[in-house]
Amino acid sequence: MTPALRLENLSKTFPLGRTLFGPERPGVRAVHPVTLEVARGETLGIVGESGCGKSTLARMLVGLLAPTTGSIEIEGAALDTADPAAFGKRIQYVFQDPISSLNPRKTIRQIMEAPLKLLHGMDRAQRAARIAEIFDLVSLRHEFLDRYPHEFSGGQAQRIGIARALAAEARILILDEPVSALDVSVQAQVLNLLADLKAELDLTYLFISHDLAVVEAVSDRIAVLYFGSVVELGRAEDIFRAPRHPYTKLLADSAPVVGRALTPPEAKETELPDPLDPPKGCAFQARCPRATAQCGQETPTLAELADGHAAACFHPIAPPDGPAG
Amino acid sequence: MSGVRQFLALLARNRLALAGLVVMGIVVALAVLTPVLPLADPDVTNTSNRFVPPFSEGALLGTDHLGRDLLSRLMWGTRLSLAVGFAAALVAATLGAAIGIIAGYYGGRTDNVIMRGVDMLMAFPYILLALAIVAALGPGLINALIAVAAVNIPFFARNIRGITVGLAQKEFVDAARLSGMSDARIILTEILPNVVPVIVIAMSTTIGWMILETAGLSFLGLGSQPPQADLGSMLGEARSALITNPHTSVVPGMMILVIVMAINLLGDGVRDALDPRLKSGALNRPLPATLVAQDRTPVPAHADGILTLTDLQTQFHVKDRIYRAVGGVSLNVRPGEALGIIGESGSGKSVTALSVMGLVASPPGIVTGGSVHYRDQDLIGAPYDALRRLRGAEVAYIFQDPQATLHPLYRVGDQLIEAISAHRHISRAEGRAKALDLLEAVRIPNAAARINDYPHEMSGGMRQRVGIAMALANDPEVIIADEPTTALDVTVQAQILSLLDDLRRDRGLAIIFITHDFGVVGQLCDRVAVMYGGRIVEEGPTRAILDSPMHPYTERLMACVPELGGGRRRLEAIPGLPPAVNDLPPGCAFADRCDRVQAACRQGAIPLDRKGDRAVRCLFPVTEPQEAAQ
Ligand SMILES: Nc1ncnc2c1ncn2[C@@H]1O[C@H](COP(=O)(O)OP(=O)(O)O)[C@@H](O)[C@H]1O
Ligand code: SF4
Ligand code: SF4
Ligand SMILES: [Mg+2]
Repeated sequence: MTPALRLENLSKTFPLGRTLFGPERPGVRAVHPVTLEVARGETLGIVGESGCGKSTLARMLVGLLAPTTGSIEIEGAALDTADPAAFGKRIQYVFQDPISSLNPRKTIRQIMEAPLKLLHGMDRAQRAARIAEIFDLVSLRHEFLDRYPHEFSGGQAQRIGIARALAAEARILILDEPVSALDVSVQAQVLNLLADLKAELDLTYLFISHDLAVVEAVSDRIAVLYFGSVVELGRAEDIFRAPRHPYTKLLADSAPVVGRALTPPEAKETELPDPLDPPKGCAFQARCPRATAQCGQETPTLAELADGHAAACFHPIAPPDGPAG
Repeated sequence: MSGVRQFLALLARNRLALAGLVVMGIVVALAVLTPVLPLADPDVTNTSNRFVPPFSEGALLGTDHLGRDLLSRLMWGTRLSLAVGFAAALVAATLGAAIGIIAGYYGGRTDNVIMRGVDMLMAFPYILLALAIVAALGPGLINALIAVAAVNIPFFARNIRGITVGLAQKEFVDAARLSGMSDARIILTEILPNVVPVIVIAMSTTIGWMILETAGLSFLGLGSQPPQADLGSMLGEARSALITNPHTSVVPGMMILVIVMAINLLGDGVRDALDPRLKSGALNRPLPATLVAQDRTPVPAHADGILTLTDLQTQFHVKDRIYRAVGGVSLNVRPGEALGIIGESGSGKSVTALSVMGLVASPPGIVTGGSVHYRDQDLIGAPYDALRRLRGAEVAYIFQDPQATLHPLYRVGDQLIEAISAHRHISRAEGRAKALDLLEAVRIPNAAARINDYPHEMSGGMRQRVGIAMALANDPEVIIADEPTTALDVTVQAQILSLLDDLRRDRGLAIIFITHDFGVVGQLCDRVAVMYGGRIVEEGPTRAILDSPMHPYTERLMACVPELGGGRRRLEAIPGLPPAVNDLPPGCAFADRCDRVQAACRQGAIPLDRKGDRAVRCLFPVTEPQEAAQ
């Protein structure tokens, strides 16, 4: 079966511009070449800490940012224009900050109509019918349509953001921290809504978050991003329970878990690698308890260690129930 | 639209702006009506009737050096000056805004080229540039208009560009792109409506000067040409008779003064009314400490502890609404103890914390009841001096956003030294040594170099550690931390939590830790209080509550938070929203969302029922207190 979404060697380097007299500077590599496949109907979770390239990756996937290298394929067809409108019909985006993703000077109706009119050329009556349908789907009251964004709570605004993404009728949604700005009780409502919509509309999700527990709860597979590279990829139920990459283990050990004693999971002096001056070899070596001389010389690449479980590490952690791959 | 009405109401509240509006209204009405008023022909000369003084028969304001009727010339001149001024402002605003929007929206090279050009224009002295333009184009009213408009374009371009750069990065612009909008459509329908208020503000504050500048050019003979009258040319022609017949100068001069003053007053009013900060009342200067209601009766501390809150009530009075943000909260914390406060946003956690040291902004905040005891002293209603001595030295805060405590323009080391020397006299060298100690204590890598950093040179986690160092600067006894790790990555959060944990064990610090994360509470806190709708609904030892919550809200809240290692699953959401604290129901605040609700729950206030070390505010708790106590 053709995957819903396929990226091959997708990378992004932000140019720094040249100094007045000096040579062209190399630029910041925000995303190193990433190759991933997302099956139809799957939820792929992407976790990583701030600045690791999650949003840059997501913005390339919807055409808001032109990739430096690589290609994006949706349902087998390459998408190599940089026109967000061409992307818009096939892949949509739900933003982290629900309020600021809605124009404060437009009514919800005006916001909802734009994709229907511009992407699908619907006339007035068709639009009204479609909006009513979508609003029922996400359980929003129809009288909200004539209100302005500031009148809504975060949870309601995020439902509106999801409704807008659905209006484009894309079958793939990029969810960029969709519940991080919401309260826990509302967060659960929105996560459940997303799960229902996915089942009902046969959607494919790319779910980006820094919250390990949330990602684990919603994803089929999870990719862990560190310093612009996928360092581990595996099934959601395995990846934090039995991490193979030392960074994934650090993440899992850092998450606050009731009943676990408060011991810092790593030495305090550790500093993150500098994007302007990336270290040679593995980007994690300065923080890694397993680092060897090899890690300082060569850059590990993502390699399959067991069925469906891959890590980019020369000395992966042995799984608890089997020999190291 | 209600927005327009609100704007007019705000404008009317400003007396001076209202006066300006009335005066301008009269002037504009007269200028519009000039052609139909029974006035003499402004351009008919009658040299036998030169310099007739004002209030003469047939010439109310007298005549000028050619015997022309001054009243008529004044009216026609005002009409022309206003028209030219408005036109110049419109042209400058339209072109300036277009340039600014394009530069700001496209950014990069386009922006660079355009803004360099604008900078170059701005480098010339204003009036010199206008003179140069008229000199190049030749004298005449239209050319004067062009010159005045041209010199004002950079002002608009810069202002609008700044706003547009901010807007272009907003997520709603990205969303519009994904909705299939072209750049042109985004500019017109997404950006423009958001910059119009700024354009109006800029126009209303500059139009008066543009009228003055046009008058200036006409005064020099470069604007309107004889015999056509505008205010500037009238002044120019009257110059030679300034001493002998001052009325010919005074008449147009007064009119210019009146117009420019009225427009500027009005413009300031428009600016203030459109400035969103004024709408929320934020420009009212807050008091140094939270206001305390006159009729508050102090209460004795309900328990022992270094910091004890007893029946604390804090409200916000906004117009005719009362927000009961904190509705009778009792808490205590002992040295070396960590107390967690958990709840959703709006449940009153932050206001509770800020009330302790009188840091709730007043107006609109006001403490209406209860006491907060630090050792034996009641902090509520304490003199400001006493509070100031205690702030930082005995009770210190760590906020979610370290920017709240760090000044962006000073080096972090200097800010630490400043914080220390606010409470005791130390030499600069001692201060620096102590600051270095603090940075090392919060484990800033390479502290000796980092001490000279500005806050923006540090990462978020590093800044938060500096925020903690600031809180520790004067060895406080109590730290109140309001969601200090919410915005941080898990690996950084883990470091900061273990740092706080060490501090309380090593130094006997008492910690009040506000969060919405049960995992954090479970790891750090000995006891926890759950807040809902401004009240504590459950309190007790952390382990006991996490193992067997008694309040339905606590139980449901724990169920909606996924826990790591739980695998893929559906979460138990709580339907509905927390209640608004200006409209709390008479009975249990959770009743509308509770699945155990019964009629009795809605009857009246439900007391916090304390048994042993646990307390719960519920008529039908999940587990009975006595079972749980075992
Ligand atoms: N400046 C203010 N003006 C009016 N109401 C306020 C103000 N600050 C807070 N409130 C009200 O106080 C309530 C409690 O707020 P807060 O203590 O910040 O909650 P939390 O910290 O639990 O998120 C909120 O519902 C809000 O309506
Ligand atoms: S490659 Fe080496 S440094 Fe990198 S994570 Fe693996 S063991 Fe650690
Ligand atoms: S008092 Fe009644 S409504 Fe309130 S939490 Fe208890 S059972 Fe539910
Ligand atoms: Mg708060």
